[in-house]
Amino acid sequence: MTRTLLTGNGAAAWGARLARVDYVPAFPITPQTEIIETIADWIDRGEMPGRTVTLESEHSMITAAGAAATSGVRVFTATSSQGLLYGMEMLYTVAGWRAPFVMANVSRGLAAPITLEPDHNDIMAARDSGFLQIHCASCQEVLDSVLIAYRLAEDHRVRLPVIVNLDGFYLSFTREPVEIPAPDAVGSFLLPYDAESTQFRASTPTSQAVAVLGGTPYSYFRYENHLAALNAIPVYEEVAEAFAGVFGRRHEAVEAYRCEDAEIVFVMIGSFASKAREAVDRLREAGQAVGLVRPRLLRPFPGERLQHLLAGKQGVAVIDQNISMGMGGVLHTELAAALYGKAAAPPVLLSFIGGLGGRDITPEELYDIAAVTCQAAEDGVIPPPQLLFTREELREVRKLQAIAHEERNKLESGP
Amino acid sequence: MNEGRFKRMKDLPSTHLLGTGTPMCSGCGGLEAIREIYDVLGPGTVFVNAAGCMTLLAVYPFTPFRGSWLYTAMASAPAGAQGIRDALDILIEQQRLPVGEDLEVVVLTGDGAAYGMGLSSTSAAIERDLDFLYICYDNEGYGNTGQQFSGATPHAARTATSKGPLGFAGYKKDLFAIWAAHKPAYVATVIGSEPLDLVRKIEKARQLKGPRLIIALAPCPPGWDFDPRESADIGKLAVTTGVWPLKEYSDGKVVHTKIPRQRQPVAAYLEKQGRFAHLFKPQRNEQLLQELQNSVDSYWAEIES
Repeated sequence: MTRTLLTGNGAAAWGARLARVDYVPAFPITPQTEIIETIADWIDRGEMPGRTVTLESEHSMITAAGAAATSGVRVFTATSSQGLLYGMEMLYTVAGWRAPFVMANVSRGLAAPITLEPDHNDIMAARDSGFLQIHCASCQEVLDSVLIAYRLAEDHRVRLPVIVNLDGFYLSFTREPVEIPAPDAVGSFLLPYDAESTQFRASTPTSQAVAVLGGTPYSYFRYENHLAALNAIPVYEEVAEAFAGVFGRRHEAVEAYRCEDAEIVFVMIGSFASKAREAVDRLREAGQAVGLVRPRLLRPFPGERLQHLLAGKQGVAVIDQNISMGMGGVLHTELAAALYGKAAAPPVLLSFIGGLGGRDITPEELYDIAAVTCQAAEDGVIPPPQLLFTREELREVRKLQAIAHEERNKLESGP
Repeated sequence: MNEGRFKRMKDLPSTHLLGTGTPMCSGCGGLEAIREIYDVLGPGTVFVNAAGCMTLLAVYPFTPFRGSWLYTAMASAPAGAQGIRDALDILIEQQRLPVGEDLEVVVLTGDGAAYGMGLSSTSAAIERDLDFLYICYDNEGYGNTGQQFSGATPHAARTATSKGPLGFAGYKKDLFAIWAAHKPAYVATVIGSEPLDLVRKIEKARQLKGPRLIIALAPCPPGWDFDPRESADIGKLAVTTGVWPLKEYSDGKVVHTKIPRQRQPVAAYLEKQGRFAHLFKPQRNEQLLQELQNSVDSYWAEIES
C-alpha cells in the first residue's frame, strides 16, 4: 500500500469521501476551511458523489447537519474554534435529537484575544454537549478516526454525533504520509447508514425533538443520552478491533507509550502529545522510567482504562492545552475525578498548563515537568498547578507593552 | 390570483385536520391561522419549528399534527428546513425514497424568531432558493414569555417592557418588504379572520416552488389584552381599518388582495385592545392617535395613487 502526503485537513476530507457521505453542510473558518474546499472541489468535479451547501453560520450549519441526519442521510461537516462556539446551542440540540453524524473540529484558541493558533479550549467547551469526541495526533489518525467515528455514531446502541478533533496548524496544515484505504475495504468496514426509524416520510409521520413538560420525562431522555454515550466505550472497542482487522492499524481508546514499567507518566491529548512522546524517548535514554498516556476518546471518558494504565505509578503529570478560568486544566480535573479513591491510584497527580494559542512546549520544559513530578513523588510535597511561561516570554510581552505605551504617548502628545 | 379550488366561503374545508385540545390560549389568532393553513397543506408536511408559543403544540407524547414535526431552536428553523429538504432530495435522487413519500417542508415561527433572531437564517435560505414554505404567526411581541416588545411590535403598544405612558417607542419592522427584497417565489400577508383570502394564498403558495413566505397577523388575547371572543372581530378590524394590509408578492410585483374601500378609523381597532388603552384613558391622546392614523393613511395613499 502506497502512502500519500496529506495535510490533516486533507486527511479529514478523505475520511468523509471514503465514508461515502451524502451531505456536507459547510461554513468557512480558519484553519478548517481546506476541508470543505477539498470536498466541494471533489463534488464539483464529479469525483465524489454527494451534495454540499454553504450555510450562513455554524449555528445554521449544525442545524442543517442534524436535520439531515434525522432525515436519514449520512452527513459530514467541519468547524473550528469560534465557529464551534457560535454553533454551541445546536451541538447540545442535535445530540439530543440522537442525530448520528461526524464533524471535524480543527482546534484553535478562543477569543479574547482573537488568535488563529491552536489550543483545546474550543473542544473542551463542547465537552458536555452529548457529542462524542475522538482526539487525533497524526494525519493518518485523522482519516482513520473519521471512518471509526461513523461506525460508532451510527451503531444503534449509541446513535450520537461524534467530533473528530485535530489541532490547527500542527495537524491541519502539516503534511504527513498517509495511507488512503481502498474504497472496497472501507465498504466492508463501514456499511451504508441504516437510519432505522430516524427519518421523515409521508407514510410514517414522525414528531422529533418535541417539548416535554416537567423534570421526569426530561430526566429520562437526558439520562438515556448519557447512557448511550457510556455504551460507546464497549462499542468503541469493537469498532477499533474491526478496524484493525480490515486495515491493520489499531487505534486504542487510550494510547499508552512505554508505560508498562514507567514510574512517571505524562498525560496529554492531541498532536502536542507527539512532543511528549519524543521527550519520553530522550528521558528513557537518560535512564528515567517515563511513559506517556494519550486518551484518544475523551467522550465517553475512558476512566476505567486510565485507572488501569496509571495504577501503581509514582507520579502523573497532566499537561492541559486548555484553561478553565478560576479552576485550571480540564483534563487534570477529569483525571482526578476518575482516579480518586481507586486502588493503586498514583499519589501524585500534577497539573501543568501550556501550549495555549499555539505556544510551543519545548523538550526542556517536558524534562523539567518529569523532574518536578519525580521530586513530588519522592518528597510527597505537591506543588501548585504550573502555568508554562518563561522569563524570556515575559520580557517579550513587556517589550510589546512598552511599544504600545510609546505609541499611545506619541498619539496623545500630537504631531 | 389563482383561486384554484377556493372560490367562495362555502368552498372552505368543513372538517379540520389539526387536532384539538392544544395548550394554546383561547382565542389565539395564531392557532386560528395555522388551523386554516393546515387544512390546505394537509399531512404531507413536516413542520420545522422555532422557539415560540407554537412549540407547545407538540408536547411529548401528543401532537395535533397528522404529519411530521421537528423542533429546532429559536434562530435556525430555516436551516433545519434546508437539512430536511436536501436530505429528502438526496434520498429521492438515490432512489432510496419513493417520490410519493416526499414532504412539503414548512417552517413555523413566531415574530420573535422571524423579525429578529431568525432573520439571518431566513435571508440565507431565500438566497439559496430553498424550496420551502415559511409561516410566521405574528402576535407583535415575545408572546410566549409574557409579551415583551419585539421587532414586530407596533408603535405606542404597551408591552411588558414598554409600560410607559406612550407605550413602545419603536415602529413595526416591515418584514414583508424585507422578505420581498430577496425576490423569493412568493410572499403574502394573511389573517385567520379572512379565511378565504388566506386559503387562496396558501393554495397558490403550495403550487409554487422555491421560498414562499407567509406572515399571519395573530390577534393575541393575553398579549394584546382583550377578551378571547373578540379575536375574530379584532382581526377583521385590523383589515378594515387598513392597519394590516392583505397583500402578496410574486414575479416582482406587490398586489393588494383586499383593499378596504371605506377604511374605518384606526381608533376602532386600537380601542378594543388593552395594550392601547393609554391612548384613550384617562383622556384621549389625540396627537398620538392622529400620528397612528396618519401612518396608515399615508400607506394607503401611496398604494391608491
